[in-house]
Amino acid sequence: MRFTGWAANYVDERTSASTAVKALGRKIFPDHWSFMLGEVALYSFIVILLSGTFLTFFFDPSMTEVEYSGSYVPLQGIPMSVAYHSSLDISFEIRGGLLMRQVHHWAALLFVAAIGLHMLRVFFTGAFRKPRELNWIVGFLLFVMAMALGFTGYSLPDDLLSGNGLRIIDGMIKAVPVAGAWISYLLFGDEFPGTDIIPRLYVLHIMLLPAITIALIGIHMVLLVVNKHTQFAAPGRTNDNVVGSPVLPGFAAKAGGFFFLVFGVIVLIASFFTINPIWNYGPYDPSPVSAGTQPDWYIGFADGALRLIPPNLDFVDPFGFTWAFGVLIPLVGLLVFLAAVGLYPFFEAWVTGDRREHHIAERPRNAPTRTAIGAAGVTFYAALWAAASSDLIATHFRLSIEGVILALQVATVFGPFVAYFITKRVCLALQRKDREIALHGFESGRIVRLPGGEYIEVHEQLDDFERWKLVSFDEYQPIMIRPNDQGKITVNQRVRATLSRWFFEDRIAPVTQNELESQKH
Amino acid sequence: MADAHDGPDNGENAGTAVARQDDHDAPAPAVAVVRADRIPNPGFPPERLRVTDLDPKKAKQAERTISVLFFLSVIGSVLAVAAYILFPIEEGDPSTIRLNNMLIGVGITLGLLGIGIGAVHWSKALMHGHEEVEQRHPTRGSDESRERAVEIFREANAESGFTRRSLVRNSLIGALVATPIPAIALFRDLAPAEDPVALLKQTMWETGTRLARDPSGTPIKASEVTIGSAFHVIPEGLAELESHRLEEKAKAAVLLMRLPVDELNEREDRADWSYDGIVAYSKICTHVGCPVALYEQQTHHLLCPCHQSQFDVANHCEVIFGPAARPLPQLPITVDEEGYLVAKSDFTEPVGPSFWERQL
Ligand code: HEM
Ligand code: FES
Repeated sequence: MRFTGWAANYVDERTSASTAVKALGRKIFPDHWSFMLGEVALYSFIVILLSGTFLTFFFDPSMTEVEYSGSYVPLQGIPMSVAYHSSLDISFEIRGGLLMRQVHHWAALLFVAAIGLHMLRVFFTGAFRKPRELNWIVGFLLFVMAMALGFTGYSLPDDLLSGNGLRIIDGMIKAVPVAGAWISYLLFGDEFPGTDIIPRLYVLHIMLLPAITIALIGIHMVLLVVNKHTQFAAPGRTNDNVVGSPVLPGFAAKAGGFFFLVFGVIVLIASFFTINPIWNYGPYDPSPVSAGTQPDWYIGFADGALRLIPPNLDFVDPFGFTWAFGVLIPLVGLLVFLAAVGLYPFFEAWVTGDRREHHIAERPRNAPTRTAIGAAGVTFYAALWAAASSDLIATHFRLSIEGVILALQVATVFGPFVAYFITKRVCLALQRKDREIALHGFESGRIVRLPGGEYIEVHEQLDDFERWKLVSFDEYQPIMIRPNDQGKITVNQRVRATLSRWFFEDRIAPVTQNELESQKH
Repeated sequence: MADAHDGPDNGENAGTAVARQDDHDAPAPAVAVVRADRIPNPGFPPERLRVTDLDPKKAKQAERTISVLFFLSVIGSVLAVAAYILFPIEEGDPSTIRLNNMLIGVGITLGLLGIGIGAVHWSKALMHGHEEVEQRHPTRGSDESRERAVEIFREANAESGFTRRSLVRNSLIGALVATPIPAIALFRDLAPAEDPVALLKQTMWETGTRLARDPSGTPIKASEVTIGSAFHVIPEGLAELESHRLEEKAKAAVLLMRLPVDELNEREDRADWSYDGIVAYSKICTHVGCPVALYEQQTHHLLCPCHQSQFDVANHCEVIFGPAARPLPQLPITVDEEGYLVAKSDFTEPVGPSFWERQL
């Protein structure tokens, strides 16, 4: 104890660390299972950093050609790049090397999955609303970084699959109007595949992209502390307080323990389940390819988009230049989709005209239009994602590939509308049910016989605490058109008012005190 | 406390003070409807105690469980090192790799999960359990700091003349915009000086180049190509290239098939591009460049495994399904005096995916 006191004093006199402890040590963090998704992302990123650093000590990104001389017999004598050779060596010559490769890859898959789910949680609870719009953007950039890191990493071992992935990227780049051939040439340092791409991607993968990612995570955390976490409605919780456990000791213990749980589960999976068995694929060669291979899951939606486009869409303009619409349409479509995801908070704020701070995480049913938009987006993504496995779906369910593609084309175009419509109805139905329960209580399952002889089921009333969750949401009105300073009504305003009406149509009001009272009598 | 946050934009609550000055033609903002008879927030419910709060014996038990978990973690870490030493990888024996991977992994897992489960259990069962409350404040800075910030900028502006001395300011902006340009120019040497477009339009095939097997490089005689068979083909000499072997292969790979002559539909201008029902087509998909590696003998269809484009060999490889942009380019072939298949020329159009200057 004497030593701890001395050490604390020593540090504080040189850093004023006590100020930070005072400010942060008892900060309150609300608790909900869905708040752990972001934590999973953070912890798996740390696991990635640790395992990736281990890999850098053994991996050699050179594309110089050598003959395989390692202990994996089927490949002996085969020419391959040093990068592929060293990945094989990590797997077959270095004790624990295969484990670290698998830890790295499984953690990467978990990382992207956790970010995706975390984004969905934030979206569907409206936690991106003021003052957190900027942190949504930071989170969105992290999602993009995660995909970029994943793709560059997947390319490093220079096996057949990773080379094929690069070839597809090369084909997409070449489709870019005006500069495509040049961008590809500069990127690969030669004609595809050249001998520069792996070292270049390596620098991106282990330095530039991780540095940006770490910086973004830092900003994400600072904004989280500044904005404080949202919380779900519960008795005693308001828009002006935070209820939960303090960082020290409760939250720190739980979160710290959770880090070890995530790490442990990743290592457990890596001990028993092979991922990316590069030795089965062989070195990259532009000629062979095996059917039924898949990119990592988070690249699937892009691959699927490529598959759904109909044939022969190239267009040669009168000047003799080629517009490769078969590639450009999916490419631009994906960029627009990603941009829509990134900018959604600003769209909603504009449509609702809502400028207040929001710290209560909404239940998705209480914002039916937003929830329905989210469901439409998820459906679109899911249809593209399924398309990336169109060949597997066809062979597995014995369908024709033509039929599967047609069905997925239909699902991509119309699915979002159907999902929107159904989700909105479901939300409204759930809201009505909430009203019903708040007013009349729930069915207790107890049947009693009235003196008159009829049977009724006894309804059990909720107490005030239980009811609060069902009645505490806000009710909104659409914005109305009003002339501006010059007495004019602008087009911008009309559009905005129309969208606002669409956003808030079919509202269901929360139960009021009067309704509740008249119900009791 | 209940209604503190549901008023309309009246400037009293968290974050509401930013007035609507940013947006002159804003219609009336949507507001949360305030009802006088809103149900009030009932306040915090009575706290519920855990068994470990009520029963010291249970608390003691939890304490024991947690320390056992931490001890298990130590054992796990020791096991991992033991496995590292005791189960080495032996050359040529893949099962030792699996064992090494599994045992080290299980040891580390135990080391991690012991800490994880223990710490979470500790926090849930033993640490002070009830929730605490902290007040939120509007995110914007206080009025004083905002005023002070504006003042600082004003002073800085006055002292530097940033707005007043517009010539200085604008020339600085110009200079800052210009400085990154060399950085962009420096990237030109990411690739050699040649024009990539010219490279994309030619392959290794020349008049008289023999068609050879991939990957062995042995030339193919027309007589070896039986009806229904398909060969993966590279130009003779490619396998021996000292440099740019993969780059050349990425353009020159070809598929060779022989169809019954009466089933082969040939364009008039290409009537002499085939030899006795033997045709050669580029293997590089016109979609984004995967190798079109699968040949279906009965239907004469080629399938690209990447995005399922299908090409009909019997009809000059036109696209019958999938995203591909155009038919696979055909390599004109014939036989030389020794009976080997040879190219009559290079491809007559660029192979592979589309690019901007493809036509010119
Ligand atoms: C969120 C960030 C990251 C993601 C999503 C990611 C993903 C990946 C993936 C999917 C692979 C292919 C693994 C395989 O061989 O099966 C890979 C390889 C690799 N990564 Fe990462 N990575 C990330 C960050 C890092 C960092 C920070 C480092 C270094 C400090 C690193 C170092 C490496 C190395 C050296 C390889 C090649 C190893 C091999 O193929 O055997 N990675 N990465
Ligand atoms: S590369 Fe052949 S279909 Fe996409």
